[in-house]
Amino acid sequence: MLKKRIVANLVVKDGIVVQSKNFKNYLPIGKPEIAVEFLNQWGIDEIILTDISASFNSTLPDFEMLKKVAKKCFVPLTVGGGINHVNHIKKLMNSGADKISLNQSAINNPKLITEAAKVFGDQCIVISIDAIIENNHFKVFDYINKKALNISPAKFAKEVQDLGAGEILINSVDRDGSYLGFDIELINSICDAVTIPVICCGGAKNANDFIEVLKKTNASAASASNFFHFTEHSVNITKANILKKINVRLETFADYSNNEFDLDFRLNKKSDDILEKMLFIKIEAEII
Amino acid sequence: MTNQKIAIIDYGVGNVHSVINAINYLGYKKIKVSDEESVINDADVLILPGVGAFDESIKNLRDKNLHHILNEVVLVKKKPILGICVGMQMLATYSEENGIHEGLDWIKGRVKKLVLPKEFAIPHVGWNNVNIVKTEPLFERNKENSHFYFDHSYYFDCEANYIAGFCDYGKKVTAAVQNGNIFGVQFHPEKSQINGLKLFKGFFNSIS
Repeated sequence: MLKKRIVANLVVKDGIVVQSKNFKNYLPIGKPEIAVEFLNQWGIDEIILTDISASFNSTLPDFEMLKKVAKKCFVPLTVGGGINHVNHIKKLMNSGADKISLNQSAINNPKLITEAAKVFGDQCIVISIDAIIENNHFKVFDYINKKALNISPAKFAKEVQDLGAGEILINSVDRDGSYLGFDIELINSICDAVTIPVICCGGAKNANDFIEVLKKTNASAASASNFFHFTEHSVNITKANILKKINVRLETFADYSNNEFDLDFRLNKKSDDILEKMLFIKIEAEII
Repeated sequence: MTNQKIAIIDYGVGNVHSVINAINYLGYKKIKVSDEESVINDADVLILPGVGAFDESIKNLRDKNLHHILNEVVLVKKKPILGICVGMQMLATYSEENGIHEGLDWIKGRVKKLVLPKEFAIPHVGWNNVNIVKTEPLFERNKENSHFYFDHSYYFDCEANYIAGFCDYGKKVTAAVQNGNIFGVQFHPEKSQINGLKLFKGFFNSIS
């Protein structure tokens, strides 16, 4: 059976991974290649790398950064930011991207979706849609011009699907960095409108939020960005807890199956008995 | 044993970088990405990478005259080859992606669009379990927990005796094929973390 995916969404601004809040405030986290190396080791299912400065400054995608990042990445890597030509996609694919994501181009130059899908196949083209609530309605948000467009994300998602998109990444501006949980209503509106896989983003605080969104919507994948950066083994620990309710992939020695957690899914200390016994367990290195 | 000469066939589309990266990580040093006859002839094992639409891929392969070179090396000299994703689909007789297009016809069968009940999103994207039909050589190190990363809208409908593994996604979807020295996987071993690395290692180890 196909497993639900837990995805890390890295936002890169001027070459540095940042924590983003409501698409307005940014805190530096560190180098992209280091964030990717850790996420990969901790068993993330997929990584999306979005360079938010490329489109803003009208520069090309950062191919050299991607090459460095890709070396550390043995899970699928989706790359977005500054892509407005099929040749950019070709070069990104040759620099280590497995899929590409379009956001501004999907709004301003939708023909590129069809063109790219024809060359690389629809499975390679992710369309990233930012949504904002305006007058109680969901609208597509144009982050470059900082304004809501007069179209609903669901309608826009259906349009890009018809043009050849293979996946939708839906991000909530209102929930971005808020730790309020995913916007279930928004995500359901997208899942109802399209037949391609939907990756949701924005608002995750802990494993419960992932469980909730994967139970209450048909999203194929749930992603978070800020959430994974600040604790050791964040991915393993989150997936270990999600796995109790949802079929996700967990293949690591550090699977936290014998650990107890508090209500915020922070690790509790193991009992002294267990710690005593652990002294005598030898864990062999896995042979590839 | 990491001294086999590995040639990754360069036909213009495909995520070549990811494949090199994974094989490099395993310690293989003699890797070449090439479309040259001499390099392909000299290699111990070939990889036909994937990511791309079928028609575009097979057209590029033909434009570079690679189909003639590969027919000779694979069918006559019997060099082992592993096709990945659209690289595996190109082994088929023909594909129905963007019209009917002839493939290499090394494994009889056709590539068709996935048509599934509404609850199954298409493309088929994500980690899925592979039910192993033939363990040797591809799945020798992945007998348990054999899940891999898939990302495709078309699937290889081939004769049952060529199927080395399949997965369930609304129907039986061919995950791996083999026919003598010719192998193919629909999923992406280069992007399936440790399981994928094990598959590469098992495959290269089977070649003496």
